[in-house]
Amino acid sequence: MDLLALLAIQVLYAVAGLALISVGLAIIFGMMRVINLAHGEFLMLGGYAAIVATSHGINIWVAILVVAPIVVGAIGILVERTIIRFLYGRMIDTMLATWGLSLLLVGLTTAVFGNTTVGISAPLGSIQIGAYRTSAYTLFVIAVAIAVLAGIFAVLRWTRLGLIARGTMQNASMAAALGVNPPRVYAVTFGIGAALTGLAGAVLAPVSGVFPTIGVAYVAKSFITVIGGGAAVLSGTVSASALFGTINQIATFVTTPVFGEVALLAAAIVLIRILPQGITGRFFRRSL
Amino acid sequence: MTARAWNIVGLVVVAVVGLGFLVLTPRLVELDTVLELTVYLIMAILALSLALIWGYGGILCFGQSAFFGLGAYTYAIAVFNIGESTVPLLLAIALPAAFASLLGYFVFYGRISDVYLGVITLTVTLILFNSINSTAGPEFHIGSARLGGFNGIPGIPPLNIPGNRSAVIDLEGMFYLATASLLIVYFGLRLLLVSRFGRVIVGIRENEQRAELLGYDSRAYKLATFTIGGALAGFAGCLFANWGSFVSPTIFGLSQSAQIIIWVIVGGRGTLIGPIIGCIGIQWLGTALGANQPSGSGSWANIFSNVPLVLGAILIAFVLLVPKGLVPTLADWGLRILRTRLPALPQRGADRVESERPERA
Amino acid sequence: MTTALLETRNLSKHFGGVQAVRHVDFTLAEGELRCLIGPNGAGKSTFFKMLTGQLQPSAGQVLFRGHDISRAEAHDIARLGIGIKTQVPNVFDGLTVRENIWLAASRIYPGKRANAVVDEMLVRIGLTGLAGRVVGQLAHGQRQWVELGIVMSTDPDLILLDEPAAGMTHEEVNRTAELIREINRSKALIVVEHDMQFIRMIAKQVTVFNQGRVLIEDAVENILRNPLVRDIYLGKQAAA
Repeated sequence: MDLLALLAIQVLYAVAGLALISVGLAIIFGMMRVINLAHGEFLMLGGYAAIVATSHGINIWVAILVVAPIVVGAIGILVERTIIRFLYGRMIDTMLATWGLSLLLVGLTTAVFGNTTVGISAPLGSIQIGAYRTSAYTLFVIAVAIAVLAGIFAVLRWTRLGLIARGTMQNASMAAALGVNPPRVYAVTFGIGAALTGLAGAVLAPVSGVFPTIGVAYVAKSFITVIGGGAAVLSGTVSASALFGTINQIATFVTTPVFGEVALLAAAIVLIRILPQGITGRFFRRSL
Repeated sequence: MTARAWNIVGLVVVAVVGLGFLVLTPRLVELDTVLELTVYLIMAILALSLALIWGYGGILCFGQSAFFGLGAYTYAIAVFNIGESTVPLLLAIALPAAFASLLGYFVFYGRISDVYLGVITLTVTLILFNSINSTAGPEFHIGSARLGGFNGIPGIPPLNIPGNRSAVIDLEGMFYLATASLLIVYFGLRLLLVSRFGRVIVGIRENEQRAELLGYDSRAYKLATFTIGGALAGFAGCLFANWGSFVSPTIFGLSQSAQIIIWVIVGGRGTLIGPIIGCIGIQWLGTALGANQPSGSGSWANIFSNVPLVLGAILIAFVLLVPKGLVPTLADWGLRILRTRLPALPQRGADRVESERPERA
Repeated sequence: MTTALLETRNLSKHFGGVQAVRHVDFTLAEGELRCLIGPNGAGKSTFFKMLTGQLQPSAGQVLFRGHDISRAEAHDIARLGIGIKTQVPNVFDGLTVRENIWLAASRIYPGKRANAVVDEMLVRIGLTGLAGRVVGQLAHGQRQWVELGIVMSTDPDLILLDEPAAGMTHEEVNRTAELIREINRSKALIVVEHDMQFIRMIAKQVTVFNQGRVLIEDAVENILRNPLVRDIYLGKQAAA
């Protein structure tokens, strides 16, 4: 019984983790059709931002929830203005340029921070579930994931910014005719996607530590989740994370982490074969 | 002169330069430079494998290093177990080819779009990296070959003349083998590309739907192309394992995958000679930058020896500024200058990837 | 009673909630030329795409010489003998005119014969002088002819033309009509068009599509006088 509860929390944690690392990408890819292969590095930079802030005395919660998103969001806007905006509509070229960016960022952080893993210990200690102990931080991660998804829903559905963003993505010239400035919307949207990614990286930093090449572990998974999720940003991310996170965690539990990854990839290939437009290509079609 | 005549001139030039290089280099140059050149040539074969499937086939594979690494590891494991090198060489070509056709089958017959293919192949190479990286203990072995995990597999027995175990290849022999192989692969690919098969895959790259509507099964053609690319990469991997007598999981890594793509972009998609030049050029550059770092160096030297940083910057710069790559861009400039003096020059044909946007009447 | 060349039975296609083609029964005899007209959105292009295998029908059947091709792959259907010139010119823009036609011809003719066929086709579409030009650089009308050349080079028994005269000059329209009449001497054709003058130049039988269904099928003179047809066009030159 306790084992079941533990497994349930692990699964929720895996799903939450996947959702967090993917939602920023879902906004950038889902809304802007931009494939950002430097996504893993945005996560990595979020982790570094949190750790550097903490080491300078900033409260850990502020570092994770405020500093990291702002820093990475700013970097995102810079990247959009200097690289991405010249490549709209050229999907393959965007992939290549952002891959170059990914290498560049890895090189830069290695030069600045060196190759070793830096970390901060997970706050909040552990909690008891029957005969097992697990980190309470796990629950914090799950809580952040829920909060972020709810927040995005609220913004997209009920705020002017959300409406403008959705309108611009669907029909930029029409939006421009109504007085919206599409380039600015693109920059802000990219920045927000980056900020959310930075937040995810910061939230996960205490769990695994940060080193320059940690992005590699995340980029494939988040892309698979976004592509598997389909066009709808929120319901796509939620449904795909739920599906893949569960499969990944159960496979890991039964065998090894490596096999868990293989199971995730296999599930993704099968899903794309059956539903080429992702989950929300067929289900939950008109949702956010 | 017609386009065909220019083509033949080009081929003759390559043949002459190539053969000259083959024969003269070991006589004119020191052994350690020969060693360095050998690995550049081996990597050039790898570059050609991606040039074929991407430049001509339009299949963007982010994980070409997967087949390269599989070739290297297959050779290493097989030669340790079998003792003679002929079968391992063949396996090193066959196994990556088989893997490529399996992966290709799922992707092309599943009609998965090009974008996803890039991500899937990237994931595959990363999975291979992670799996092999974690096989360090003695319990991980295939027959008498230990996988070695992150330590890699050292002391790989070199190729021998088929049938004669003791006649093993030496350093100079590796050079001859690598150069000859590169020339054979290059001319072989040129032949393939003027054949009907080659023209069809270019057509499929240009407009897959139109090719299908003419009756060509694009899935089969793409699968064949992808498999040939996998075989070539595996072959290069086998040569690589021989060159260093060593192979490690970094061969599957992201850095290796990135480099192959960068060689092709910098050199020029849609050409064969471009990626060869791009590959050799960038590798030479990497060695030169690394070698020039004095002890007690300041931060500038550090930047240049920071491989990911330099590669990343080059990739971004080329995608934004020189998207067609060096060889086509230089060729365009050259032709433009020549055209002002010789108006009868031929038009570009199927060798170029991009066409200028038409000015509609 | 000979089997019809092409027959559709109860052919339907819907995209989500939109019914693009509804219960279409259509028959074409060997060597027949039929014009397909109807307002935009009537389902003509969708109908074509189901004939070539670019789209799978939601219901109903497509029969080519009696064989059910409803679920067949596009390249298999092409090999059976159906060729299509699409609404937006669908050619190999990065290749030369000669290379474009060669790709088509070499699918059915071996080596030297293919080259001969290419030369003949270039003469037929009148682009011999432009054979070495990259197609992407040609004018719109010329690109349409390249596509026509490609389609004819695979020697199909049924040729579908989706707006072959679109965007052409008066001169080019006349030439296209002549070419179509010439093709019709040995091949069956279905031509989708909006230009009523053009239709008068080539058609005998016309099928009118509206809202995914076949509204009327009749001889061209009757169609042009039919008030129902005029209505659905709402002011197009049907009365001219």
